[in-house]
Amino acid sequence: MTALLTATPPPATSRDLAHLSDEALLSLVASSDDQALAELYDRFAGVAYGLALRILRDEALAQDAVQEAFLAVWRSADRFLAERAKASTWILTLVHRRAVDLVRREDRRRGEPLERAAEPVAPSTTEDEATIGYERRVVQEALRQLTPEQREALELGYYGGLTQSELAERLGQPLGTIKSRMFTGLSRLRDLLAEAGLEGSYP
Amino acid sequence: MAADPHSLVAPYALHALDDEEAHAFEEHLAACERCREELAGLREAAAGMAYGAEGPAPPPELKERILAQARSERPNVASLPARRRSWTAPLAAAAAIAAAVAIAVGAWAATRPGENAFAHVLSQPGARVVSMGGRGALAVAPDGEAAIALNVPRAPHGRTYEAWVIRNGTAQRAGLFGGRDGTSVLKIERAAPTGSVVAVTLERAGGVDRPTQKPLAETEAIS
Repeated sequence: MTALLTATPPPATSRDLAHLSDEALLSLVASSDDQALAELYDRFAGVAYGLALRILRDEALAQDAVQEAFLAVWRSADRFLAERAKASTWILTLVHRRAVDLVRREDRRRGEPLERAAEPVAPSTTEDEATIGYERRVVQEALRQLTPEQREALELGYYGGLTQSELAERLGQPLGTIKSRMFTGLSRLRDLLAEAGLEGSYP
Repeated sequence: MAADPHSLVAPYALHALDDEEAHAFEEHLAACERCREELAGLREAAAGMAYGAEGPAPPPELKERILAQARSERPNVASLPARRRSWTAPLAAAAAIAAAVAIAVGAWAATRPGENAFAHVLSQPGARVVSMGGRGALAVAPDGEAAIALNVPRAPHGRTYEAWVIRNGTAQRAGLFGGRDGTSVLKIERAAPTGSVVAVTLERAGGVDRPTQKPLAETEAIS
């Protein structure tokens, strides 16, 4: 028995976990399984870093945000079990939260132009690039279907890290208008993403 | 300025509230089921926006840095390989079980911390997940402690789901539950030893001493 156990099992690799759902991986992370954390990192780090970099526009800060978010996943995965959410939503919400906290702390938003110039982008080399590419196209297409006012409110809020009050001031609109644009825009986006089959209900 | 708290759900989902506003909204959220439901959907859409950001891949060393930090925070990680083997070997063998785990984990999402019998069983070294068909799974520890996670609707009026541990052809009562939207979790009230089968039937309210119906979910014999 002992010989069997020591001799036969192949070393567990992250490939063993590839067929598990994100949610199952999080449950393993909750029991301190670092390989499950590595697998989740492989699945989400590309999106997470792209998001953090867009918000922070600084590679070192973006890495900090991603690191803090994944360590938050590690430390509080057990709390996810009580959330009514998909694992991907929970993880990306943590990443966004960290990046927004950092950008506000660093106050990097001041003086940025409203319209961000297109930045040259090095090709991503993550394993899930094909999937991410598809999802990116769906999200970008869905954003294009919003009214320009809705899109502006969502993009400046979500990618720009502005608060609703800062947005109201910046756009010279009443706060109620900003809140309403955010609500109608996000609701429409939710419906569009659901139609595209990108967003399922939580399992 | 006092605002209708309901109107803050979208800015909150976008992290577009300042700390004070976010705090106040979270207090409202704790008491408002409507906002919690709305937030779940809007948050999913907001998280979807993450995919809209383009950028280069993170530097390779970031992964190692994160994993090293994570490991340094959890000294018990060193004991995990033995447990991981018992997880991954059966899991890799059967995609059906992976699906069952997904269902079971869905159940975790629907339970409150501390009530999570399924998670508790799985947290024990050597614990395994056994499929109960497409509707759920049994988590069983080496000492026979077990919990089921089963996706069945609320039981009709006057009826209850009843779990059984069947051994040598004899079924013993193992607990009642009512079913709900989503997945129900039940701690099995007796040990489920090697060779036994765990099954669930729909019975009259209050339960019965012997199953009168065909099982709507059951495991293979536990190995």
